[in-house]
Amino acid sequence: MNPRLTIATAGRVLQQIRADHRTVGLLIVVPVVLIGLLAWIFSGTRVFDNIGAPLLGVFPFVVMFLVTSVTTLRERSSGTLERLLSTPLGKGDFLAGYALAFGALAVVQALVATGFAVWVFGLDVAGPRWLLVVVAVVDAVLGTATGLFVSAFARTEFQAVQFMPAFVLPQFLLCGLLVPRDGLPRALELFSDVLPLSYAVDAMRTLTARVDAAGDVGRDVAIVAAFAVAAIALGSLTLRRRTA
Amino acid sequence: MTHSQAPAVVVEGLRVIRGSREVIPGISLTVPRGEVVGLLGPSGGGKTTLLRSIVGVQVVAGGTVTVLGEPAGSPGLRSRVGYVTQSPSVYGDLTVRANLTYFAALAGAPRGAVERTIEAVDLTTDADSPVDRLSGGQCSRVSLGAALVGSPELLILDEPTVGLDPVLRRDIWAMFHRLADDGTTLLVSSHVMDEATRCDRLLLLREGHLLADDTPDGLLARTGAPDAERAFLALIETEEAA
Ligand SMILES: Nc1ncnc2c1ncn2[C@@H]1O[C@H](COP(=O)(O)OP(=O)(O)OP(=O)(O)O)[C@@H](O)[C@H]1O
Ligand SMILES: [Mg+2]
Repeated sequence: MNPRLTIATAGRVLQQIRADHRTVGLLIVVPVVLIGLLAWIFSGTRVFDNIGAPLLGVFPFVVMFLVTSVTTLRERSSGTLERLLSTPLGKGDFLAGYALAFGALAVVQALVATGFAVWVFGLDVAGPRWLLVVVAVVDAVLGTATGLFVSAFARTEFQAVQFMPAFVLPQFLLCGLLVPRDGLPRALELFSDVLPLSYAVDAMRTLTARVDAAGDVGRDVAIVAAFAVAAIALGSLTLRRRTA
Repeated sequence: MTHSQAPAVVVEGLRVIRGSREVIPGISLTVPRGEVVGLLGPSGGGKTTLLRSIVGVQVVAGGTVTVLGEPAGSPGLRSRVGYVTQSPSVYGDLTVRANLTYFAALAGAPRGAVERTIEAVDLTTDADSPVDRLSGGQCSRVSLGAALVGSPELLILDEPTVGLDPVLRRDIWAMFHRLADDGTTLLVSSHVMDEATRCDRLLLLREGHLLADDTPDGLLARTGAPDAERAFLALIETEEAA
């Protein structure tokens, strides 16, 4: 890997995103609107305080998964990926460039969404608020890494979008938001142990409930990051310089 | 014999199977350094497949391809070989300049390479337009520029002049020859036969077979035909009669 090429690639991806004002708007505004809607639905109850933080972690994962899988699929189908792989750009540079670009975007998204959740909609968490942003950004990078990997199995953008319910919804159902994970049937609980989103939501729940959250949150964040690294490593196996 | 006199490309017994078809059943050829070599032949004849094999992005079934002294696709070749795919492969949502700047960064090109390339492919007035808003011919020139910007030693160009008007085609071919005079080797595919006369050497490819590997004059002399197009038809007829 070559840091210069990684950064050049991240810069190019960010330029492309910046050129698409509507996508930037959706990326930033939609999570805020959803969080606001949630606060409104549950106004006057404790529910928003309980699930607000976990959802701040789930949104960036889902959104970045979608955006990345469609963008990289476009890169495959337009022939630019084939061209890139005939240049000195390494597969690792390509993947890390994407992760860096979407990670940077996720920082902005998480700052805005968390800011609105805490100061406008009155989300109350016991742990330090800045950790909300850290967890959200790591979740977004996980979404990007998973999207990079999954896009290898889609032939069209339509298929790529279909992978969202296939990959993301089961994780959403099992991550502990609907039913606490220790209340799930044993087999499902074990299954949820190997799904990254479970740890993302665990981290947010800990932040919600405990003042001394940093240690446990740190462990969960490390696990989520490890999943992201594994997805990127698997993704690099799907990038072939030679094709039929 | 010194290294620099060795051919730029040596293909020996190359076999390629795509899908269930044997697209190239076994082909051998060389491309000398510092020349503009035309790869001509009918649609579906295997031109793109051969070029992809030389770049090292094609899965091959057999044979060897040696490029600038190294096996095709070696990491060391990636900054020395420039490849322009048949359909333009650049970022439509970025401007011409942003595209070339990115490919220049990948190739480690010096400062100034981007502006020089924009001029060479005659896109100065459109340099800040997104590629999506350009015409087909302009778009393929951006794609060409993305390979030129790294000043590679070997340029593999798959139909780079499709959709260009005669004036622009003349200018682009003049640029190819300037590059060759400076020592760059160019392998250029086309199915426009009148471009054949602009090449130093010609490879005629049909159904994965090499019909000819000759200079344009040699080809005309051998077939007695008045132009490349009729020379090509004459070769096909002889092959079919045999
Ligand atoms: N991706 C692919 N999968 C399977 N077969 C392919 C693929 N691409 C091309 N082929 C087959 O390989 C043969 C040669 O194709 P190739 O693209 O090399 O021809 P070409 O000479 O470049 O044609 P053209 O002048 O139209 O670009 C064709 O018969 C085509 O059917
Ligand atoms: Mg072709």
